[in-house]
Amino acid sequence: MPVSTNANGAKIWQLRNRNQTLARWAAYLAGVAIFMWCWQRISEATTWFFVWDAPRIAADIGSRAMPPRWSYMDKLWGPLWDTLNMATLGTLLALVMAVPVAFLAARNTTPSAVFIRPVALFIIVATRSINSLIWALLLVAVIGPGVFAGLLAIAFRSIGFCAKLLYEAIEEIDPTQVEAITATGASRWQVMAYGIVPQIMPAFAGISVFRWDINIRESTVLGLVGAGGIGLQLQSSLNTLAWPQVTLILIVILAAVVIGEWVSAKVRGAII
Amino acid sequence: MLELKNLSKTYRTGDKALHNVTLTVPKGQVMALIGPSGAGKSTLIRCINRLVEPTQGSVILDGTDVTALSSGALRKMRRKMGMIFQQYALVERLTVMENVLSGRLGYVGFWRSYFRKYPQSDIDEAFRLLDRVGLLAMADKRADELSGGQRQRVGIARALIQDPRLLLVDEPTASLDPKTSRQIMRLICELCAERGLAAVINIHDVALAQMFVERIVGLKAGELAFDGKPVEMTEDVLTNIYGEEDWHATIREVDDEDADAGEAVA
Repeated sequence: MPVSTNANGAKIWQLRNRNQTLARWAAYLAGVAIFMWCWQRISEATTWFFVWDAPRIAADIGSRAMPPRWSYMDKLWGPLWDTLNMATLGTLLALVMAVPVAFLAARNTTPSAVFIRPVALFIIVATRSINSLIWALLLVAVIGPGVFAGLLAIAFRSIGFCAKLLYEAIEEIDPTQVEAITATGASRWQVMAYGIVPQIMPAFAGISVFRWDINIRESTVLGLVGAGGIGLQLQSSLNTLAWPQVTLILIVILAAVVIGEWVSAKVRGAII
Repeated sequence: MLELKNLSKTYRTGDKALHNVTLTVPKGQVMALIGPSGAGKSTLIRCINRLVEPTQGSVILDGTDVTALSSGALRKMRRKMGMIFQQYALVERLTVMENVLSGRLGYVGFWRSYFRKYPQSDIDEAFRLLDRVGLLAMADKRADELSGGQRQRVGIARALIQDPRLLLVDEPTASLDPKTSRQIMRLICELCAERGLAAVINIHDVALAQMFVERIVGLKAGELAFDGKPVEMTEDVLTNIYGEEDWHATIREVDDEDADAGEAVA
């Protein structure tokens, strides 16, 4: 602690002593040097001609993409409906699988902290770390292209997310309520239904709509790898350079995401 | 009725919470347990219904050794021990009625309790108890809408609907204002008298304990330090339990009690 005494014997206090101050300045200097070095490396690897040219290309594509081809909408209602179903059913399926995993992973409810908890945690990490696009790639290869592959991809990707948030909620419950229910002579399952479930219901509802909201966004791109939904249309439009169709699809995706977000905010507000 | 024999509890951290406590509570006796924080009062009460497993000794309720029971038999035994908590420990997001009925969980099966299909006799009893504790109008409210005193009344109703023989009461008034504290203590003692229940009440407020109970037991560092009638509670005893302090204002004088009795008659 940088407290020193001056010649008159009065105590002097400073936040940092001289060495700490010097060390901080050295750290700042090193940070700036590293930033400058990285900048230079990236600059060397960049073809600056393309970068300078970018605004012109963007303006060119932009001008060709306008106005959106509204008549194309007729062909989008079906894929849009598929996309919504993929997100919704995928989320429901994920929740069904995530709830038991969460109870097995939470420290206060797991049957065995040594054997079962690590397995549950592994399921959480494994499903979370694989992006839904990669899940979709795998599943399209295994069960063929289509909405079902997309639905499963969404579901698998969401298990870890939902289970992780839910098990954290389970670990944060008030233990005295559980104690009180236990003290009445309730069985293990009754303690769960009365002592734990009511406490995690708000978290559960919040997690569900939050994940559904995310899944709407994720399911719009799954078509890019052949897993059905509006992404399929996006890909074929991009491939045929049908820019006005691409614009319309982007507008539709934006609208779907905005509506999804609005619904989830409403639901969350109503439950909590 | 309730017998504790050489009850000891050592936590895994090595803390000795209880050390060789031997105590007998006869049927219908309301006993207060006092002692400084950390003296082992909560541990003692939780060892009786084995929310905390005692490391040594036995708890005998009506001739049954609670410490030797299997988990199924323990659940049956817990039905006979109603518990009331300091922070009420109601399930906050359930209604008052559901909270009271949860006291019957030990008697009904899982699916019946899950779908809230309790026997009509339980529901009748729940209404009767809510009426008794003065909360009949609140039956449909969610527990987190109630005030502290009201919540504790729900807690009392939940403990009583178990049809217990013994009440374990852990700091029932620690979160309540002085007036509500007295009302709650009075209610607990009245109900014990009505139903002939024995009770072990952990309490910090010595004067409040003296006002209502027939026997006070003092706990100090996990060991019995006092056992006697409220009138035997002297400044010396308090100094022994809690340490040196001016206890004059804390203890009710004997003649003070007589004066109160006189007032009540008049």
